[in-house]
Amino acid sequence: MTDTSMTPADASKKKSSLLAQDARTRKRNAAETRFRMYGMAAIAVGLLFLVFLFASILRSGLPAFTQTVVNIEFVLTKEQFDKAESKMLKTGEYQKIFISALTEQLEASGLDVDFDNKAIQRLVGKPGGTIRSFFLENPDRIGTPVSFELAASSRVDGYLNGRITRDTLVDSRFLMATDLDLVDALKEVDVIQSAFNWNFITGTDSGVDNPGGAGLGASVIGSFFMMLVVLFLSLPIGVAASIYLEEFAPKNRWTDLIEVNISNLAAVPSIVFGILGLAVFIQFAGLPQSAPLVGGLVLTLMTLPTIIISTRASLAAVPPSIRDAALGVGASKMQSVFHHVLPLAMPGILTGTIIGLAQALGETAPLLLIGMVGYVAREYPETFAGGFTDANSAMPAQIYTWASRADPGFYEKAWGGIIILLLFLITMNAIAVVLRRRFERRW
Amino acid sequence: MDTNDVKISTKDVQVYYGDNHAIKDVSVEIEDKTVTAFIGPSGCGKSTFLRCINRMNDTIDVCRVKGDIRIDSEDIYDPKVDPVQLRAKVGMVFQKPNPFPKSIYDNVAYGPRIHGLAKNKADLDDIVENALRRGAIWDEVKDRLQAPGTGLSGGQQQRLCIARAVATEPEVLLMDEPCSALDPIATAQVEELIDELRKNYSVVIVTHSMQQAARVSQKTAFFHLGNLVEYGETSTIFTNPVDPRTESYITGRIG
Ligand SMILES: Nc1ncnc2c1ncn2[C@@H]1O[C@H](COP(=O)(O)OP(=O)(O)O)[C@@H](O)[C@H]1O
Ligand SMILES: [Mg+2]
Repeated sequence: MTDTSMTPADASKKKSSLLAQDARTRKRNAAETRFRMYGMAAIAVGLLFLVFLFASILRSGLPAFTQTVVNIEFVLTKEQFDKAESKMLKTGEYQKIFISALTEQLEASGLDVDFDNKAIQRLVGKPGGTIRSFFLENPDRIGTPVSFELAASSRVDGYLNGRITRDTLVDSRFLMATDLDLVDALKEVDVIQSAFNWNFITGTDSGVDNPGGAGLGASVIGSFFMMLVVLFLSLPIGVAASIYLEEFAPKNRWTDLIEVNISNLAAVPSIVFGILGLAVFIQFAGLPQSAPLVGGLVLTLMTLPTIIISTRASLAAVPPSIRDAALGVGASKMQSVFHHVLPLAMPGILTGTIIGLAQALGETAPLLLIGMVGYVAREYPETFAGGFTDANSAMPAQIYTWASRADPGFYEKAWGGIIILLLFLITMNAIAVVLRRRFERRW
Repeated sequence: MDTNDVKISTKDVQVYYGDNHAIKDVSVEIEDKTVTAFIGPSGCGKSTFLRCINRMNDTIDVCRVKGDIRIDSEDIYDPKVDPVQLRAKVGMVFQKPNPFPKSIYDNVAYGPRIHGLAKNKADLDDIVENALRRGAIWDEVKDRLQAPGTGLSGGQQQRLCIARAVATEPEVLLMDEPCSALDPIATAQVEELIDELRKNYSVVIVTHSMQQAARVSQKTAFFHLGNLVEYGETSTIFTNPVDPRTESYITGRIG
C-alpha cells in the first residue's frame, strides 16, 4: 500500500480509516450519549424529589423535638409552705408564689410587664399543682433554691417557632395578643427557653387539646410488638412455604395455581387484609380490639406473600450445579437444601424479610379497621404479655391520628412522628445491608 | 487385558423426557476396574444414560426410566432402593466443575460427614488427605485446605470434585465430560488421574472427544440418536468398527 492510497477520497470508497468515524458509528455514539443523558436526567429528577421530601419533612418535623419551657428558680420558705397548706385553694396559693417569683425576676432585669393569673395560665397552664406536689414529695427542699422547668403551652411554642405571629393571632381563651409581650419579655430574661423534648420520644399520647404533652413512645412499643409477631410468624412460615414450593413440590396445576395466588395476594390492597383481620381475628376468634397481637397477625398476612416471593426468587437464583453436587455425593434432598442451597439464598431471604417488615411497619390502612388508629395510647403496657394484648396504637396509626386532630400543634407532632418512623425504616434497611454483606461470602 | 467381573448391567433401558424417547433399548454390561467411554454426537443420550446409573434422572420431573439396571446384580430401580444410598456408592463428576462455595477441606469432608464415615476429627483429616491424594491435587492444596474451593483454577476445581467424589468410597465413578471445560494441560492431568482411578473403581466417562476415549478407556460404547450402536474393546471400535455409523462418526463424517 502506498501513501497515495490513503487519501480521504480513497478511504471513503472502500478502505475506511479507523481514525475517522463513519456515519453509522457517529449515529450509534450519538444515540448512546443521548441515552446516558436521559438516564442522568431521570436520576437527577429522582434525587431532587428526595431532597425536597427530606427538606420539607425536616423543616416541618424538627420543631416537634424541641419544646418551649418556662424556667424559673425560687426559694419557698417554711412560712410560705405552711401558709399555703393551710389554705382552702392550696394550688392557687402556690401559683401566687410562682407569679411573685416571676415578677421579681422580671423586675430584677429592669423589665416592666403587666400580667395576671389568667395570662400565666394561658402560658404554662396551672403551675401551682406541679410546684405543690414537688414540695410535698421533697419537703427537705423547702428553704433552698429550686428551679422548675414548666412546659409552655403549644400556642407559645407556635409563636416562638413562627407558626403563630402577631398578625395571625386571634385573641382567644388560649392566647391573647397581650400575652405575647410577656412572652417576649420572659424570653429576653431567659425565663422562656427552648429545650429538647424527650417527652416526644418517650412519652405517651395526650388528649386532643394538649399537643405539647403528646409523645410517640407508647406507639413505638405498639409497633415493636407488632413487628415481633410479624417476624416470628412470617419468617418461618414464609421460608418453609417457599422451600417446599421451590424445592420439593411437584410442578403441576395445583402448584401453578398456588403460585399465581401468592403473586395475587402480594398485590391485594392492604385494607382488604384489615377487614379480613377484623372479621377473623376480632369478630370470629374474639381477640381484643386495638391489640398489637391482632395488628401483627394482619400484617403477617400482608407480609407473607412478599417474603415468599423474595425467598423463592433467591432460592431459584442458587445455581442448580450446587444441588447436583450435593445429590451427587449422596446428600438427601433435604440435606442439599439445608446445607448448601439455603445458606447461599440467605442474603436474599433476609433482605426480602426486612423489606417486608419495613413495609409492614409503615402500613396504616389495615390498622384502621382493627381499631388501632384513633386509639389514644395514654399508657405503656405493664407486662411483656400485655405488650401483645393491651390496646395500643402503632407509629403510623399515631401519626395519622395526630394529623387528623384539630389543634395545629398536632400537625408538627405528626411530622415529627414521621421523622422517627423514617429513622426506624432507615435503620432496618441498614441492618439488611449489613446482614447481606455478612452472609454474602460468595467465594 | 484380563476379563473383569461385570459391575453394571442394563437391559432394554428406555428413557423418556415427556414424549421425547431419549434412550432406546440400551443393554450393556460394564466391567469392574475398567474405564468405559460413552461416545457419540451431542444430543444422542450419553448423559441421560449415565445419569440413569446413579438415578440422578429422578430429580427431573418429566423424566421416566424403564427397563432393568443392576449394580452387582441388584436392581437399582427397585422400590426398596433409596437413591441417596445409591449415590453414595456411585459417585459422579459433572461437566462443569461445581465445588461447593466452602473451603477445600469442607468440600471433600462433606460426603464422609453426612455418611458418618469418620469417627473423629483425625479420622476425617485422613480421609480428606487420602481423597485429595487420589484426586492428584494434594500437593497443590495441602497448605491451603481452608481456602475456598471456588478459588482454584478450573482444572484444580475438577480434580477437587473428583476427590470429593472418591471421598465417600464409591464403587463406581461416573464422569460426564469431565474435561470439556478444561485446557489441554489440565485435561492431561485429569486423564492421568482417571487411569489411576481404574485400579479401584469402575469408571464410566462420557466424552465427545474420540481421542480422549482412545487414550483413557478400555471399553467404548458408541451412541447414536438414543441407540447403543456398538460396544466393545476400545481398540476394536477405533480400528475395526462393525457398524457403518460408528465408522462414519470416528472418521468425522457425522457428529
Ligand atoms: N432435562 C431434560 N429435559 C428434557 N429433555 C432433555 C433433558 N436433558 C436431555 N434431554 C433430551 O434428551 C436427549 C439426550 O440428551 P443428552 O443425554 O443430554 O445428550 P448428550 O449428553 O449425548 O449430548 C436430547 O434430545 C435432549 O434434548
Ligand atoms: Mg451431555
